[in-house]
Amino acid sequence: MNKTRIIARLDIKNDYVIKGIHLEGLRKVGNPNEMAKKYYNQGIDEIIFMDAVAAYYDRNSLTGIIQKACKDVFVPITVGGGIRKIEDIQIALNAGADKIAINTKTVQNPNFIKEAAKIFGSQCIVSSIDAKKIAENKWEVYIDNGREPTGKNVLEWAQEVESLGAGEIMLTSIDKEGTKKGFDIELNKMVSEAVNIPIISSGGAGRNQDIADVIQSTNIDAVSIASLFHYKIETIDSLKKYLINDKKLHIRL
Amino acid sequence: MKIVIIDYGIGNVKSIMNAFEDRGQKAFLSRDRDVILGADGLILPGVGAFSHGMNNLNKYGLVTIIKEYVKTDKPLLGICLGMQMLLEESEEFGNTKGIGIIKGKVIKLPVVNSNKIKLPHIGWNEIQTNKIKWGNTILNDVEVSSNMYFVHTYVAIPNNENEILSTTEYFGIEFCSSLKKGNVYGCQFHPEKSASRGLTIIRNFINICK
Repeated sequence: MNKTRIIARLDIKNDYVIKGIHLEGLRKVGNPNEMAKKYYNQGIDEIIFMDAVAAYYDRNSLTGIIQKACKDVFVPITVGGGIRKIEDIQIALNAGADKIAINTKTVQNPNFIKEAAKIFGSQCIVSSIDAKKIAENKWEVYIDNGREPTGKNVLEWAQEVESLGAGEIMLTSIDKEGTKKGFDIELNKMVSEAVNIPIISSGGAGRNQDIADVIQSTNIDAVSIASLFHYKIETIDSLKKYLINDKKLHIRL
Repeated sequence: MKIVIIDYGIGNVKSIMNAFEDRGQKAFLSRDRDVILGADGLILPGVGAFSHGMNNLNKYGLVTIIKEYVKTDKPLLGICLGMQMLLEESEEFGNTKGIGIIKGKVIKLPVVNSNKIKLPHIGWNEIQTNKIKWGNTILNDVEVSSNMYFVHTYVAIPNNENEILSTTEYFGIEFCSSLKKGNVYGCQFHPEKSASRGLTIIRNFINICK
């Protein structure tokens, strides 16, 4: 049986890992390469590097960090933030990334997913969806790091990116992001049951119970964790042991 | 000693090169006939569509070179799509002919359609023994039930069950997750992305090439 993946998400600005609340109010927490290596040695299943300001300033500066990380991290690496052109994907893959997360560009031009999946394969295209709750059981898609509403419905957009050829969806709850108040269970449940591609749930993990909750009550395939690991509230090893031993979940040790 | 990774414009070869380097062995990228035939160990990488992969191998005339290399009995390791292309044919996008070193075909993971089942099969999954013992193979020192990283929708079905080195289960379907025919090896998973146990496989392959 497949294991639910525990992924460390590193949001990067000016060569530092940063962390904010609701994707804003950023503060520095460490060096991306040192943190990636540390998490790898502690048993992380995957690492996501997100260029936190690239979408906003229309640039991408992660290449050097990825090249370095790939020399000592032997688990899958996803890169996102500021991917605008097919060429940007090629550059990130050449640097050693396995997957690319795209958000803003795909909302502006949905065919970008189709084109990218055709060239590089669906397995390397992660559609990043930032969701904000607007009514009971209704979420809106946001772009530009949670700054711009798009008018798109999250559920419909998730189904659309699947049909366009995305291989996975990284679903971030803007309302929960950085709050350490737990995942948005309803959002994750709704989207993970409506599509047949893997869902990476992101935003809100504050304690190990939150992670067990979202795995147990939804059909998600992976959780992306930032604050919990960055602020050493939980180590990867202790979290995994808790999920396996106390919660009887399928996790890789 | 020289390890060569076949360069046909497909796959994340950087990670494979890094994994070999981490295990103390440089690996070179090439599509040159003499370089490939002169290698002590050959890697056929690959991700994406079968037909796209085969088209590129054919475009560079690599199919005959790979067959010629295999006749020398030197070690070859196909990874992911690189393993699938070792078989005779794939049903991905209609039938596409493979290299045909391993008798058998490649089919879509035959999971029952349900909203609970996800395809592609992405993530960590366990490998189990089949009929071949793992000692002296690329799985030497790898514990049974070790987790490896998979990303695929299609699976290889070798005709000869004695060529299946390990199996893996996904939603009740047991498939061939690695194979061995003499010195020809294939892994459906990515050893270069499977943490320390994957690096053990890379080390074992280096030792087999010595």
